[in-house]
Amino acid sequence: MNTLEVHALEAGYGDIRVLRGIDLAVPDGAVVALLGANGAGKTTTLRALSGTIRGRGRITLDGEDMSALGPAERVRRGIAHVPQGRGTFVDFTVEENLTLGAYAIRSGPQIRSDIDYWFSAFPRLLERRRQRAGSLSGGEQQMLAIARALMTRPRLLLCDELSQGLAPVITKSLFALLARLNAERQMAILLVEQNAALALRIAEHAYVLEHGEIAVQGSAAVLAQDARIQRAYLGR
Amino acid sequence: MQLLVQQIVEGLAAGAIYAALALALVLVHRATRIVNFAQGEMGLLSAYLAWQLVTWGLPLILALLLAAVFSFGLGVVVFKCCIRPVLSASVETIVVICTGLFLGFDALCLLLWGPDTQAFPEILPRFVWIIHGVRLTSSNVGMLIVLSVLAAGLAAWFKLTRVGLGMRAAAAERDNSLLVGIDVPAMLAMGWGIAAVFGFVAAVLVAPNLLLSPTMMFSVIIYALAAATLGGWDSPSGAIIGGLIVGVAESLGASFIPFIGAELKLVVPFALITLALLVRPQGIFGVSTRVRV
Repeated sequence: MNTLEVHALEAGYGDIRVLRGIDLAVPDGAVVALLGANGAGKTTTLRALSGTIRGRGRITLDGEDMSALGPAERVRRGIAHVPQGRGTFVDFTVEENLTLGAYAIRSGPQIRSDIDYWFSAFPRLLERRRQRAGSLSGGEQQMLAIARALMTRPRLLLCDELSQGLAPVITKSLFALLARLNAERQMAILLVEQNAALALRIAEHAYVLEHGEIAVQGSAAVLAQDARIQRAYLGR
Repeated sequence: MQLLVQQIVEGLAAGAIYAALALALVLVHRATRIVNFAQGEMGLLSAYLAWQLVTWGLPLILALLLAAVFSFGLGVVVFKCCIRPVLSASVETIVVICTGLFLGFDALCLLLWGPDTQAFPEILPRFVWIIHGVRLTSSNVGMLIVLSVLAAGLAAWFKLTRVGLGMRAAAAERDNSLLVGIDVPAMLAMGWGIAAVFGFVAAVLVAPNLLLSPTMMFSVIIYALAAATLGGWDSPSGAIIGGLIVGVAESLGASFIPFIGAELKLVVPFALITLALLVRPQGIFGVSTRVRV
């Protein structure tokens, strides 16, 4: 079964069409990478999936049609999105960020226990719970952004350029975290990444976007050996 | 000395009114980056409604409550009908719309209730305490109490409730708010609604002193604009401090600077706006946000 299925998705900004009808699927519990050059439409894809921009086409989560739903409703049904750049509320405290992450959740005890879970998973965040998120380091902000997104206990996590602006060692630990979350929670992940080599190591399957269309797709292991992919995205 | 303290007391009381209206302006500005010139007139319309209800025989407290509920609705409706469709339009467009709202609400009050002044009922029984020669009236004390209650209520709402947190988030970060499932347009509408209630409170505090008339809020909105500029357009606590400073400056200026007097005291807020913009454009409590990346 597929957690996410996308059929003929089109989206853009104003009159500018960025996505020209893409099809993709994320199987249950899988990590799928979405690669491509700048401006290929990777971020637009994720935004159309979380509903922060309007798209045309069919999006289903565990078979349930999401296409007509707004972003709030999609969060509630299990799509979480860590956006590019700052996924945190910079002027809010670390703890407020986690509470905001759970905005769609009504159960107080669940929110409490999840906040406690993340504080024990990331002692750094616990130390800084009353500090502004904007005062954290880049890596800590990304940790917080992931924890914030997971407060809804999503079935599908969309991650946009986690590695942007981070030191390689920090990027590595974030990816290790994603792999662990994927394994522990059987949570499907759709990963947009500039660093293709890293993405192909963690993903099982990958799609390559070019000019708003899927140009190539296949298993990550096969794509990593593909000469064209190596030239274009792996710098070999 | 006695005169000085007396004028400070009067100034603080007047400042409480300016602060209430400035709070309304700041709430709207935080939510939608708009300076709503019509905020005072919207409050005026609700104050007229309260007066009308009392004239029809409703008890004062009930009339005020109904008018407050009406204010909230009015703020929401104005946002949904007049502001939301043009939220991404240019500043000029929004200025014209707010000016139009100002004139429109003013004309509406004039049409419904005429140009004559109406006596607004006293909210508190008249009472005077004299402490070391300084007169404290019940209405002055009442204004400061009302302001404190509003401020504390607002702070608690923003800090302690889920919806309050959501409202702050929606105002600060639209995209992230959408991503966590906050209904951003609804939060902005609620911000306008709460602001309208604050504007109504300001109008009700003014009304017994100045008498209800279509021009009653003209000077008050200018003082409130000065207060918000002084305190910082994004800071509710700044609006309160700014309002009190403007009130005291007005009162002291009118009685201690010979050429100002009662007729020219409206220059005080303008002088303060100019001063604030020259010295600290972001306002006393305004901050320029810094982010580590």
